[in-house]
Amino acid sequence: MTNSERASGGQSPQPVVSLEHARKSFGDTTVLHDISLAVSPGEVVAIIGPSGGGKSTLLRCLTLLERLDGGNLSYGDLVVARDGSYGEKSMLAAARSSFGLVFQNYNLFPHFTVLRNVMDAPICVQRRDRSEVEAEARSLLAKMGLEGCEEKVPCQLSGGQQQRASIARALAMHPKIMYFDEPTSALDPELTAEVLRVIKELAAENMTMVIVTHEMSFAREVADRVVFMDGGVIVEQGTAEQVIEHPREARTQAFLAQRNV
Amino acid sequence: MDILTMTGMLAEGFLISLQIFALTLVGSLPLGMLVAFARMSRIKPLALLARFYISVMRGTPLMLQMFAIYFVPYYVFGIGLTTDSKWYATIVAFIVNYAAYFAEIYRSGIQSIPRGQHEAAEVLGYSRTQTFVRIVLPQVVKRIMPAMTNEVITLVKDTSLAFSIGVIEMFTVAKQLVASQVSMLPFAIAAAFYWIFNLLVDAIAGRIERKLSYYHD
Repeated sequence: MTNSERASGGQSPQPVVSLEHARKSFGDTTVLHDISLAVSPGEVVAIIGPSGGGKSTLLRCLTLLERLDGGNLSYGDLVVARDGSYGEKSMLAAARSSFGLVFQNYNLFPHFTVLRNVMDAPICVQRRDRSEVEAEARSLLAKMGLEGCEEKVPCQLSGGQQQRASIARALAMHPKIMYFDEPTSALDPELTAEVLRVIKELAAENMTMVIVTHEMSFAREVADRVVFMDGGVIVEQGTAEQVIEHPREARTQAFLAQRNV
Repeated sequence: MDILTMTGMLAEGFLISLQIFALTLVGSLPLGMLVAFARMSRIKPLALLARFYISVMRGTPLMLQMFAIYFVPYYVFGIGLTTDSKWYATIVAFIVNYAAYFAEIYRSGIQSIPRGQHEAAEVLGYSRTQTFVRIVLPQVVKRIMPAMTNEVITLVKDTSLAFSIGVIEMFTVAKQLVASQVSMLPFAIAAAFYWIFNLLVDAIAGRIERKLSYYHD
């Protein structure tokens, strides 16, 4: 499909990210079997499912931390991978700048202050103006409820604060889509709530997001679409209502029953 | 000969020891980084070569390495032996030997940085060089400080090995004084020089460690 066809053809807007027939194995173990997923602008997708079901690998492939063995991946007009073969470095860099990733264990840079964690990549990767970046970083941190933590280092923050700082770090790069890899799995319930509140605020601002989560009530509340993955396939997907309240597939039912939903 | 005269002569020798010490650090600290990179390289022959280098440097006495570097140019290329060539052989031997030890310390530090740090940097778009310089290296420095201090303190004392090849550093002077004065006192004074200098090394290392203790991970 050419650009003009894309512009004139579709009724629905071009997806922010589009994954088609993705395959990925580690050695003899196939982790992703023929996964297709497209995310529209403003959409919030929650991915749920048992551990080892391929959720994290899917996110790692979408964020280019792992390479697909087969299938296509594109960000907007950028074709990152076609039939499992990846484009050149500069194109991958361009694709990378269109998403942000929030890790389960934050992965803040421990030797930088919170403010520098947020400012460093915009300044040294995107080469943006320092004072402009600093103003934005401060307001992002304030929005994350981290006023007064700017000059602290990550080890002085609670887990919830660190996770919110890492969300600010990702947002400072102006991503078109945000990925969250079990953002609250390392947090106790109290700290989980403050992180989830921040993510809900982003959803209210129409941020496009894909969230791998074990928090069913959160997924139900925030997600436009819930995807249930198990055994490296998308078993079923639909609205939260459809998938969490009225799952059709036996595997989904079993998973949700186990989690007392 | 009184103590003051002996101390003065030893101090003069110690200046030579300090030169060996300083030149070795200036050469081996960066060379060790190159060796560490080679050792971790995905290019198999390069990694193997670095392993071999480290194995030989750590597995044979520094004293023999000095002799080898001193005599090989003479036997192989027929280059004449001079006082200058003795000095250069000593410095080169110290540099290549210490680079091997530093390389392994660097490698231990670099490999101890969690993968998540690299991944976070990669997703944020940092280049490999930026990731190393801005994210990895500062954390490595903190982690390897105790091991580096150990090695630097050892180097201070190892400078005395230059005596074996005939470089007139402090230990050589001490030995000559012990023989001529029939007294163990020069050895005691030399020991004091080494020790006091190492107290200084230790204090500086302590300062650096305290400076880096503003965070933990």
